[in-house]
Amino acid sequence: MSDNCNDDLDNDFNNELLKNDLVHLDLNPVENPVERFLRSDRVPHIWCPGCGIGTTVNSFARALIDSKIDLGSLALVSGIGCTGRVAGYVKLDSFHTTHGRAIPFATGLKLANPKLNVVVYSGDGDLSAIGGNHLIHAARRNIDLKVICVNNLIYAMTGGQTAPTTPDHSTTSTNPYGVFEPSFNLPHLVEAAGAVYVARWTTYHVRQLSRAISEAFNKKGFSFIEVISPCPTLYQRRNKLGDGLDAMRDYKEKSKVRNGCPTSEVGMTMTGEIIVGKFVDRERPDYQTMMRAQFNQSLGDRFVEQQEMEPVCS
Amino acid sequence: MKAHTVKADPHGVLTGTHFMDGDHACCEGALAAGSRFAAGYPITPSTEVVERFASRVPMVGGTFIQMEDELAASITLQGAVWGGAKAFTVTSGPGFSLMMEHIGYAAMTETPCVFVDVQRGGPSTGLPTLPAQADMMQARWGSHGDYEIIALCPNSPQECFDLTIKAFNLAEEFRVPVMFMMDEVVGHMTEKVVIPPADQIEVVPRKHTHKSVEEYLPYGTNGDQVPEMAHAGDGYNFHVTGLTHDERGYPNMTPQIQDKLVRRLQTKITDAADRIAMFEEEELEGADVVVVSYGITSRVAQRAIGMARDRGLRVGKLRLITAWPFPDTKIRGLAETIKAFVVPELNLGQMVREVQRAAGGKAKTYAVSHAGGGVHNPEDILKVIVEASR
Repeated sequence: MSDNCNDDLDNDFNNELLKNDLVHLDLNPVENPVERFLRSDRVPHIWCPGCGIGTTVNSFARALIDSKIDLGSLALVSGIGCTGRVAGYVKLDSFHTTHGRAIPFATGLKLANPKLNVVVYSGDGDLSAIGGNHLIHAARRNIDLKVICVNNLIYAMTGGQTAPTTPDHSTTSTNPYGVFEPSFNLPHLVEAAGAVYVARWTTYHVRQLSRAISEAFNKKGFSFIEVISPCPTLYQRRNKLGDGLDAMRDYKEKSKVRNGCPTSEVGMTMTGEIIVGKFVDRERPDYQTMMRAQFNQSLGDRFVEQQEMEPVCS
Repeated sequence: MKAHTVKADPHGVLTGTHFMDGDHACCEGALAAGSRFAAGYPITPSTEVVERFASRVPMVGGTFIQMEDELAASITLQGAVWGGAKAFTVTSGPGFSLMMEHIGYAAMTETPCVFVDVQRGGPSTGLPTLPAQADMMQARWGSHGDYEIIALCPNSPQECFDLTIKAFNLAEEFRVPVMFMMDEVVGHMTEKVVIPPADQIEVVPRKHTHKSVEEYLPYGTNGDQVPEMAHAGDGYNFHVTGLTHDERGYPNMTPQIQDKLVRRLQTKITDAADRIAMFEEEELEGADVVVVSYGITSRVAQRAIGMARDRGLRVGKLRLITAWPFPDTKIRGLAETIKAFVVPELNLGQMVREVQRAAGGKAKTYAVSHAGGGVHNPEDILKVIVEASR
């Protein structure tokens, strides 16, 4: 793997961003390049000050620019929770589904119209607790979906309850004396289940995240990008970890880029290092490719390719 | 106002005379209606529907996917609908329970789709291989919140074919989830099923918008209360949410928007209730007693009605083909002229409550309950008819 990201690069990038912003403010007020991807008539959004979800959306939008993906064929599906609200803010065909079921909804969408690029954008609780079964089965089937999992380590929308990702010894509203159950290592889980692309970044790594999303768009199959993201209102406040800026400092200091790192080694703890990078990038035929091959083999000429499902319009 | 229809796609229509069970006939009905997508999870006594679909659909150009559970199946089909497909799922009691949240999602997002429930004895795991009709209230009220659905009850394999087409047509016309309430006996009984040529099958197409991107309001209506639909990839950049939403489809959680939306979800069905209502009637004029039944029970009731008539009793028959919306107008009218309704059903009293409500005290109502696991003994229904005739 050739990714050579490091902290210096990040600093340069962030300084560059800052400089650009100043230039724009003072001299040349141009439209924010990501604005055309957003439903500006829905601003202000509901996310708290210091929340990382908006940062991930920025990286996502920049990936759309960089990958030159056809926006007309792009659909975004979210579940329920803070990250579940992403679907409402992007100017795309977007579906805010039920709690935990973004992946099966996206599966139906993709299978009915294989020309669509389908992104699932949801939180850690939605995707790995209530939706955990769908996560592993979609990875197993290698459905061609790009899953962006914003992991804020807690249930935030409902007020700070324990998630399957909450690191042990953290305090939450449902484990007020400390979490004692082990947490999920999501990259390890999805790799074992069959994902073809697995990466983790934090909201400090905006450019690497953007690049990872672009890479996932170029993969056919089940791609999973975990983004560690701050929740100053609940996770950090309860655990005395400071505000959103402190989280950025933490991510900067504690993140270790280890591309290709075995996913068994990337589990998270409350205060330990955060292993980031691209962990898995492999080829495996996706569900629809396997389905067509099987039908061709078993049915020969009797197999009829799925037509574009456009029912006659009234 | 009659819905716009087109002729069925001949590729999906197995024209001919068949000896077929209700489950298989339901599958053929779905294919004839133009459904090319099903998501399912195995459960007795419904699985034969998707087994047949899985074997047929690769040869007519479509997809079946067996999902990891009913929660997944019942939302995967809705993803497929927004991708442009006509889609359905098939289940029985325990699976139907798991699907309830997504019936609400389909009602709220106005996703046209069909849920087939081949009813078996419950509660819980109950009687996997034996019949009941005890999910009738669940079909109507199972998901939280206020909403309306349409439910149909076939009583033969032929109707499993005919009414499955009707179920898809109603789903498209009203953008509503339609419950197809079979039972184990109707699902597993084998009878003659005549499938007509495709050009004799009327299919309601998707109510797709012709408006420009600028004009289109995903949940705006033009008088008939049913919004026009767009599919993902059509360029409309629309938003769909289970949250209370305005005409743009944007979340808007005010009491005013809630009132407007939820009342429309209700009235788009209730205002059309008389037009949706389907029933089979026999000798209602001059009847003292009318037996109201549906599904497999209607065939047992037919026997009891015959026995009662042999004794000189004046007994009419009203078979409900649509259970929901409940045909209030019909029952209210009959209540003015008869002594009593007799309502046999394979449950401890579900649709009989509706009959009683609609009768409004103008006629007596007698339940003939049965806990499921078999069908009524006609003598038991006869006994109640005799009592009601006094």
